[in-house]
Amino acid sequence: MAEPVIELTEVCREFPARPPVRALDRVTLKVDRGDYVAVAGPSGSGKSTLLNVLGLLDRPSSGSYRLDGAETTTLRDGARTRLRGDRIGFVFQSFHLLSHRSVVENVMLAEIYRGRTGARNVPARSGTTKKGRGGRRARAMAALERVGVAHRAGFLPGLMSGGERQRAAIARALLGEPSLLLCDEPTGNLDSRNTEAVLDLFDELRGQGLTIVVITHEQEVGARAERRVRITDGVLVEEG
Amino acid sequence: MHVRDLMGEAVAGMLARPMRSALTTLGTVLGITTLVVTLGVAATAGNQIIGRFDALVATAITVEVPESEHTPLVEWDAIDRLTPLRGVESAAAVAESRDSSNLSVRSNDIVDPTRVTRQSLTVLAATTGLPEAARGRMVQGRFYDTGHIRRGDRVAVIGDQAARALGVTRLDRSPAIFIGKHAYTVIGILGDLRRERDLSTAVIVPPTAGRQFGLRDVTRVLVNTSLGAAGLIAGQAPAALSPGNGDMLQVVAPPGPTRARDQAQDDVNALFLILGLVSLVVGAVGIANVTLVTVMERVPEIGLRRALGAARRHIAAQFLLESTLIGLTGGVIGASLGVVTVVAVSAAKQWTPLLDVRLAIAAPIAGAVVGLLAGLYPALRAAGMEPVDALR
Repeated sequence: MAEPVIELTEVCREFPARPPVRALDRVTLKVDRGDYVAVAGPSGSGKSTLLNVLGLLDRPSSGSYRLDGAETTTLRDGARTRLRGDRIGFVFQSFHLLSHRSVVENVMLAEIYRGRTGARNVPARSGTTKKGRGGRRARAMAALERVGVAHRAGFLPGLMSGGERQRAAIARALLGEPSLLLCDEPTGNLDSRNTEAVLDLFDELRGQGLTIVVITHEQEVGARAERRVRITDGVLVEEG
Repeated sequence: MHVRDLMGEAVAGMLARPMRSALTTLGTVLGITTLVVTLGVAATAGNQIIGRFDALVATAITVEVPESEHTPLVEWDAIDRLTPLRGVESAAAVAESRDSSNLSVRSNDIVDPTRVTRQSLTVLAATTGLPEAARGRMVQGRFYDTGHIRRGDRVAVIGDQAARALGVTRLDRSPAIFIGKHAYTVIGILGDLRRERDLSTAVIVPPTAGRQFGLRDVTRVLVNTSLGAAGLIAGQAPAALSPGNGDMLQVVAPPGPTRARDQAQDDVNALFLILGLVSLVVGAVGIANVTLVTVMERVPEIGLRRALGAARRHIAAQFLLESTLIGLTGGVIGASLGVVTVVAVSAAKQWTPLLDVRLAIAAPIAGAVVGLLAGLYPALRAAGMEPVDALR
């Protein structure tokens, strides 16, 4: 049986305060390869903290987090950074595209910190090969093609619509074929038409076997996922 | 991360805000330009001073002739053997004595209680080449010639200050002066002396006339050489002047590059160097400020890069490289402007521009180092950011 991409076990995340704030309270979550999971919840419920922990941007205070079978809580900062760059693609609400770089250059950015060997104790991904710099532009173009904005490759992000910008950001997240696509309110800045287009794209990517975790407070987005979990006051509950 | 990628990201970061980068670069440009100009102009100007200094000093030789009880060590006509030597431009033999250094000289025989007409002046005998050898010129009249010497004419040439003291202003009526009881016709006034300035207060008489005052033997020989020949002539002169007794003559050759001169030049350079360095520090503070502001503005970008897998060292390296490139650009432009300015100043002053090649090479490197140092703190600030905070 294939190993789950995400395996959170009894994960807690506390922030120092008086009294300490427990943003994640014994969260246990397993996400298999190819799953499309929506994490919903009100503001301040712990959604962003969960995304940060899943994205290796933050460390849990306790508990275990295995990504692609590798325990991440014991990894040093450098190894976590490498693992994050190699295995996780991020999609942000505000796109985070560099305004002075063309769309294709923004997508290529995802590869410049990759190309290194994996972290110690982290199994190598099957089918991955060390990729050279030479074909980077071609791979970026292929990723843009995949999300349908290849015709905007030479544009500056400021000249594109919100939907196109989010598609470009998704193309950047897809470059290097990550194990996990982590999306933080990906449709938060989009109108209904562009929201629909992005959700269609997620359906398509999920159909191609990509593992997607979407953090959202929009019911429409959650409804499109095959699995929904709700987080309230740091406690995660599986929905039907 | 590949070095070319790092370089590409740094260049892109620098060009993302071209106007800001240009203004930031300006600080280093001004600093490096000041540094190159001050050092370049100092070296060039110093070279002019040294050149003039050397031209006067490095070509002057004096041969001291000690007293001899029997035959004189240097005959008066020995000068004729010296002047043909290649490299000798002018030479004169001089006879001085303690007795003749304070003789009473007056311009007429009338005793006028209302005026000082009597002066105590040095009287010396010299050969005809003295004006050139002393690097002076005849302000009025002429110097005596070999005819005067051969005939034993009682003629005299006086220094310009001596002439003023004696009230001798015109020579058209052949004024006379009295040295002791002996009358001499003044035929010339010697002035504008650049060597042996004491001659301006002296009375110079032909060797044949000087015997009356005990000036029998040559005591000194003044020689001027062409530039670079002083060492050679200093070696040859004793033998030419006194064959067989050359080793008894004492040659005072020009000094080499003197310590005093080097010290003076070092002092000037140090002052200019401090000025340039202060300008450079001001430029560095400018880079540091702007880089820090840039880091604060680019927090989301830093967060994104961390999310994409950039390690702290990648972030630090990028910001360091950006500030270094700004410094290097400033250094290259500053060095170029500095060199052009030094050449322009030299052209305007008709000087030969003198610029150390090492300075032209070191200036851009100095700019880069300034940028590197200035970017250190902002880069560490950027690298220290937690990705979670940066993305928030």
